[in-house]
Parts: sequence; structure tokens; C-alpha cells
Amino acid sequence: MSDRDTIIRVEEVTKRYGKVTAVDRVTLEIPRGEFFALLGPSGCGKTTLLRMLAGFEMPTEGKIFIDGVDMSSIPPNKRPVNMVFQSYAVFPHMTVFENVAYGLKFDNVPKSEQYGRVMAALADVKLDHLAERKPDQMSGGQRQRVALARALVKKPKVLLLDEPLSALDAKLREAMRFELAELQDKVGITFVMVTHDQDEALAMACRCAVMDRGKLMQTATPSNLYEFPANKFVADFIGSVNLFEGTLQVDLPDHAIVHSEELGGQIYFDHGVSGASGEKMWVGIRPEKIELLKREEGSNPPTPEDAPPGCNVAAGTIRQISYLGSESIYEIDLINDRRMQVSRPNLSRWDQEDFTWGDDVWLRWHGDSPVLLQS
Amino acid sequence: MANKHPRAPLDYLNMPAMKAWLAGVFIFLYTPLLILILFSFNDSKANIVWKGFTLKWYVKAFENTQLREALLNSLLIAGVCTIISVVLGALMAFVFWRFKFPFKGPLESGMSLPIVVPEICFGVAVLMFFAKLNFPNDLPYPFNLTQIILAHVTFAFPFVAIVVRARLEGFNQELEAAALDLGATPYQAFRDVIIPHMKPGLIAGALLAFTLSLDDFVITFFASGPGTITFPVKVYSMVRFSVTPEVNAASTIIIVITVIATVLALRAQSATSAKAN
Repeated sequence: MSDRDTIIRVEEVTKRYGKVTAVDRVTLEIPRGEFFALLGPSGCGKTTLLRMLAGFEMPTEGKIFIDGVDMSSIPPNKRPVNMVFQSYAVFPHMTVFENVAYGLKFDNVPKSEQYGRVMAALADVKLDHLAERKPDQMSGGQRQRVALARALVKKPKVLLLDEPLSALDAKLREAMRFELAELQDKVGITFVMVTHDQDEALAMACRCAVMDRGKLMQTATPSNLYEFPANKFVADFIGSVNLFEGTLQVDLPDHAIVHSEELGGQIYFDHGVSGASGEKMWVGIRPEKIELLKREEGSNPPTPEDAPPGCNVAAGTIRQISYLGSESIYEIDLINDRRMQVSRPNLSRWDQEDFTWGDDVWLRWHGDSPVLLQS
Repeated sequence: MANKHPRAPLDYLNMPAMKAWLAGVFIFLYTPLLILILFSFNDSKANIVWKGFTLKWYVKAFENTQLREALLNSLLIAGVCTIISVVLGALMAFVFWRFKFPFKGPLESGMSLPIVVPEICFGVAVLMFFAKLNFPNDLPYPFNLTQIILAHVTFAFPFVAIVVRARLEGFNQELEAAALDLGATPYQAFRDVIIPHMKPGLIAGALLAFTLSLDDFVITFFASGPGTITFPVKVYSMVRFSVTPEVNAASTIIIVITVIATVLALRAQSATSAKAN
């Protein structure tokens, strides 16, 4: 094993319900102390995988190791993991203190020590002043903190979080992102979070695993997922992307050219790509990596061939604008009727007035902006 | 008085006609009971004219050994029947809620059969059952009440099961998972999380079972042996001769017991359900 030791190892795990395969041969390693996110659309198998880590589901095939121990025959109540449930599952008939103390009785923690540990856990989530409250007198955000304290007080090796922020309102959700990341830093426990919200995963996790239809698509740091997606699914799921189908024409160490019928020309890459020439591929370009330029009325629309060196160019007309305050998103109709999305930050207070509906524009992006995707 | 507030479409209780109707319903429901209670204090042997206040009928009812015995029998039967019904009903509700098994649908519908079958048929069935079984009816007290208790349990526990089943429907399964996750065994999770959730249903079911058993006449009539008599059966036999204020007094006592039990149960239920939600 490497110097950073592994706390969770998922080996070729498959989970089938009858004919439906919920999790399909997933292999995964999570190092100790990491904030890990399982990300994917609903029904991708991420929750099933989390429930297998907790012990509520058993893998049909494959094995799960937690801290080197095979979990195959270990029931949920004997696993060194604790979970924060999507509904929080705070026991309604117990006070906050009783909720947090509940799990300690099974760990043979002496009564004298229990009080201190419960109060410390409550202090970690800033709820120590509400220990005697009943859950029905608390807000959703507070109940979630109870659920967190209840799991953390057991000092698990791994904390599992099932869509922890989905039930909170937008403002609180953003605040909780920072708080959860800070809490993880403080307690140093490995967190494994399931979410369908890419912003949430990118904002909090050290690394994310993106899943689709039971399969693991890519495991990487948030920035690598965004800038170097492994395939079309990841590129499209994380953020927005303009995808064009094309064929690789030139593949040299210092540059590559993809011919795209969809874009009506060639796409220039300022770096070599490894792939067989002539194969069908996809090019992905993020909306914020495209520059929007005014085009003189009546001037000849440029073709990608007349792009300045190292750059790509396309021409189009603004069809739709969504103004989001910090940025505006423009939907551009290209000459060949293909639609492309471009986003532009509103750096000055008048920037959104630069373009309006129906404007003829140029799109320009640098040769290092697009990514080439083979599947 | 002029109604200053304009009436909203669903604000029915703001209509004078509706208020009058409501009052009429309550009068219709409660007048007979009030008259029964009132005449238990009447200083006259005839239940017709008010002659003055007295407590002598209560003294008389209390001194009536047979009546007292019947009341004690009824309370004992109702108590035992309630305990058995709550345990059986809760288990049945839990099994139907938790597990999937063949013929679950028909079985679950069959659960309410003792509720819908006419009491008289049920009574005859119980009588035949015990006769075919050659069930001994000369057991010493209190075992001579076994037949009545068994008969009462048969029709009372489905009520408990239905109430508890409805309560379980609203249970958040993640609560049980959370208990397991925190280290509880499946039994401990059941005890610490599922039972507290069932509690309002258990209390309501217990109350139902208790009152159903306490005032059952038809089925008891068929199930009771020679030496066993319950309160409703005794009152019936007293009324056959004449309706004396003594019967009124005895009935009033039963009403008071039932009302107290209901109030306590409702109070316990609202306290636990306030916590549970």
C-alpha cells in the first residue's frame, strides 16, 4: 500500500436487484482522511453503493474492505462507519442529548464519560446550548446538526452522508458546504458523501467519483473532473459543455486537428492527443472558455480556417440571453444551425449591455480550451 | 347580533343554521345518557317523575353482591383481554407492515373479518366452537372466565391491529436504519425506535379493546357459562324484571369508568403524538 493508507477499498462490487443492475463492477479506493463524493444523476447507483458501505445492502458480487477488514459478513451495527441520513432520521421521542448519547451505549462508554463526549460532539456542531430540546422544536438545519453529532460522537472510521444538503434551503445550503468541509478538517474523519448536485461535490470534496447507470465513469479531483473529463458523460454532467462530433485528422506531438461536420470546419488543438486517426470523437468546449466578439454587419462570416494562429473561430447570431447577475449566458446560433453556449462574466456594471438579441457575433477560443473525448 | 365577519366559503360553522344543526346533533346524542344519569339520583322507585335527590340507589347497587361480582368480572375480563389484544394486534400489524409473504393481501383483508361479521353469528360460532372443543366450564374462579376472554380477544385484537397498522404506515424507515447504524441490534432498534413510534396506536388500540370488551353483550351471552356473569349481562337480566334506578346507578358507574379511561388514553395519545411528530 502507498504512503497514504487506504480506509475504504471497493473491489469489483456489483449489486443486482433481479434483472436490474444497480451497481456494476465498481472498484474504488478512498484514502484515510479524505472528503470523498459519490456524484451522479438519480438512479446511478451512488446511494446503493453508500448503503453497501453502511451494511444495509450486501454486494451481489465483489468485496468491500473498511480499514483492511472484509465487511462481507459484518452487519451495520458492527461496522466502524456511521451515517447521516437524507431525512436526518433524528429520533423524535428523544431529546437532542439522548439522540447523540444513543449510539454510545452500544460502545460500552462509561456513563461518566458519556456526558462529556456528547457535549463535545454537540459543541462541534454548535448545538451545545440546545441539548435538552426535542427535535420537533428545531429547524431542518438544526436537526441535521443533531444527526451529524450523533454520528460523529461514535468516532467512526468513516462518516457516510446521504445527500446531506438536499433538504436545506439555498442560502443555508451554501453556508453548510463550508461548515461541513471545516468540520471534516477539524475531526479528521474520512467523509463519504452522496450527492446529485455537482456544485456541492465540487465545492466540498477532495475527490469525486462520477457514476452513471451503475458504472464508475471517472474518479478525480474536482478541477480534473471539470477540466479533463474522461468522457462525454462526465463533461456534460459536470458543468455545461458544448459537444461536437468529429474525426481526428492531424495528430502530431505539438498540435492536433479534428474535423467537425457539426461545427462546419476544423477544430485546432495546440497539443497532441493520443488517439487513432479517423476515429469518431467528440470535442467539448466549456462556455466560459469561449470569447464573444462583435461582428461588423455585412462582413463575411469567417470560417474556422481563417482563425488567428493557435485559435479557433466560429460565427453566429445571439438567440437567447440569460442574465444571472455575476455572468450572462448567451445561446448562439451558428451559421449551420448548430447552437452553442457561451458565458461571459459581467465584470463591469454595464457589461451585459454589450450584446443583445440578434447581434452577429464571432466566437473565439484558444487551442488549449477544448477537450477531446473518445467515448 | 350582526355578523361582522364575512363568511368564507368553507367557514361552515359561521352559519347560524349549521350551528343549530350541530346543537341538535349533540342533544340527540347525549340527552338519553343525561336522563339516565339524572334519574340515578331520583328519590323514587319509578323512573318517570323527579321526586328529589338521593344516593340510595348507588348504595343499593353497591350492596348487590351479584352486580358487584359481575362488575369485577367485566373489569377483569376487559383488562386481560386488552393486554392480550394489544400484544397480538401489534404483532400482527408489524408482520403485515414489515414482511412480504404469499397470500398477504387476502390475509390482510381477512384481518377485519371479526369486525364485519354480525355479532350474533360470531356468538353462535363461539358457542359451537367451545362446545365442539368440550371446553371445561367448571373451572375455578377466575379461570372460568377463560372462554369469555378468548371470545373477546378474537373480536378485539383486529381493532388494535388496524389502528397500529395505520400508525406504522407513517414510520420513517430511516429511523430504524439509523438505530442499527448507531450500533443497535435489530431487537434493540425495534424496542427503542419502532415501539415508541407505535405507542399512540397501542394506546388507542388498548382503549378500543377495553371498551369493546367491557360493554359486549351478544358474544358474551353465548360464551358465558353457568357461573360466569358479566356486567352487561347482569344489567340485562335486571332490566327484564323492571328498570329500577339501581340499574341507572350501575350504568352511571360504567359510564364514568369509560369516560375516565377515554380521557386518560386520549391525553396519553396526544402527548406521545406531539412528541412523535
